[in-house]
Amino acid sequence: MKILVAVKRVIDYNVQIRIKEDGSDVNTDNVKMSTNPPDDNAIEEAVKLKETGKAKEIVAVTIGEEKAQETVRKALAVGADRGIHIKSDSYIEPLGIAKILKKIVEKEKPDLVFLGKQAIDDDCNQTGQMLAAMLSWPQGTFASKIEQKDKVIEVTREVDEGLETIEINLPAIITCDLRLNEPRFASLPNIMKAKKKPIEQLNAKDLGVDILNRIKLLKVEEPPKRKGGIKVASVAELVSKLKNEAKVI
Amino acid sequence: MSILLIAEHNNSNLKTFTLNAITAASQIDKEIHVLVAGNKSEDVTKEVAAIPLVKKVLHCDSSTYENFLPENLAPLIVKISESYSHIVASANTFGKNFMPRVSALLDTSQISDVIKINSPDEFLRPIYAGNAFSTVKSSDKKKCITIRPTSFDPAPTAGGSASIEKIEPVKAPNISKFIKREETTSERPELGTARIVISGGRGMQSGENFKLINAIADKLNAAVGASRAAVDAGYISNDHQVGQTGKVVVPDLYIAVGISGAIQHLAGMKESKVIVAINKDGEAPIFSVADYGLEADLFEALPQFLDELNKLNTIQK
Repeated sequence: MKILVAVKRVIDYNVQIRIKEDGSDVNTDNVKMSTNPPDDNAIEEAVKLKETGKAKEIVAVTIGEEKAQETVRKALAVGADRGIHIKSDSYIEPLGIAKILKKIVEKEKPDLVFLGKQAIDDDCNQTGQMLAAMLSWPQGTFASKIEQKDKVIEVTREVDEGLETIEINLPAIITCDLRLNEPRFASLPNIMKAKKKPIEQLNAKDLGVDILNRIKLLKVEEPPKRKGGIKVASVAELVSKLKNEAKVI
Repeated sequence: MSILLIAEHNNSNLKTFTLNAITAASQIDKEIHVLVAGNKSEDVTKEVAAIPLVKKVLHCDSSTYENFLPENLAPLIVKISESYSHIVASANTFGKNFMPRVSALLDTSQISDVIKINSPDEFLRPIYAGNAFSTVKSSDKKKCITIRPTSFDPAPTAGGSASIEKIEPVKAPNISKFIKREETTSERPELGTARIVISGGRGMQSGENFKLINAIADKLNAAVGASRAAVDAGYISNDHQVGQTGKVVVPDLYIAVGISGAIQHLAGMKESKVIVAINKDGEAPIFSVADYGLEADLFEALPQFLDELNKLNTIQK
């Protein structure tokens, strides 16, 4: 089995984001960037399948500026075999990203594609499902457990009501929830080894897909600030305030 | 312009988030048609037809749609989408699952998690887990939109009499199969929709100490949350995690206990209506978002809190 894992470089989840003064976007200059957290779960799951002999090859792919390569390099250090970096200096919407990934899938012919369920920057939660639709493949979204059974894969999904289990035919798209596994850290020797693994570079523009954005970002602003609160002196005062002032208990 | 809204239901009852989505849709256009796709879902259509804001109910009844598999549902929505300008659903795990499929098949760029409708093509949506709001304008002819339910009031449910039109199912691709659904059977309400949430952080010092939180949660009929630090320390399982990489919650009351207030946690709870922080470090960032801050040792404060609650004659449920 061959697995394709899509990873995205985003602002690190621990960084307090800053909005550009002109309100045009979030500032990403000189900000710590990392792999999108659930994408780490996606890589981990692929590596686990390889370790148990179910997967033969793992290809990690990313789309983005030159530095986005770091996320592929990290995937290689954790256990992916080779990488693909599709260069693009400008933002591409999930629809365009899915079209690019479709091209890669048609070329690489993986049996499974793993993605994080959502990127923590634009919070769209679309790419995996869109890719699945474009390929006419089934999808297992928000996966917290997967089990391969011959030609099908059983996926446990985190849904609002609890858990849902589905069985989907291969090839399939899986979007990973944080509960799927515990991503490992790359060891130093593996980081060194990853430097020798190949990363193929392509230009998004050369792939012959329509990646023109349909949505214009007009403005980015701070959410309304909370009004300053008060300090209470005792638990009794707190409970009284909650009961009589805020009227929430 | 007219709107096709996809109802969420369990084949017997309409799920309430659909009502919030209907309110949002009504701010785009008054011509709202609601698709009820399910199996033996007759009762749901009656419920939807009674919603005054709904002009027409489209009913597609087939075993194909019993469990709302997106592989089956998306082609049906695409087939009937022709005459609509907007396709709308809730931004919960129901809408998030199938809407991007519909959007891709229609070659339109989806707008997720809308919290405000500025105009039929301009929307406000949170990014970076609500740490920023973005205003976006769509140039697609047909727009696929998911609505954050907590940002819109539910639509009134009685007095309407929309027509119900039967529609034919579309051939299913037969590439996915539903196996089972296990609803969380906790006595406590679900974290994502609870009216009150009480969360513990690293200050709890152990998983055992969460019993102090649980006792208050039981008293208030609250859901129990946790910071990433408490989850990483193994005090509690990660399905309780509130934050940017966990669940985003917007309860009426959020009580943060022994949580310092890391950015990643604040992103998941700072839209709550009333926030209480209990922390012994008066400088903790959590106090900057708290409506009521109590600088105290949680091991003394929590038992007192329970005592005070026990003294109250009534507690809202």
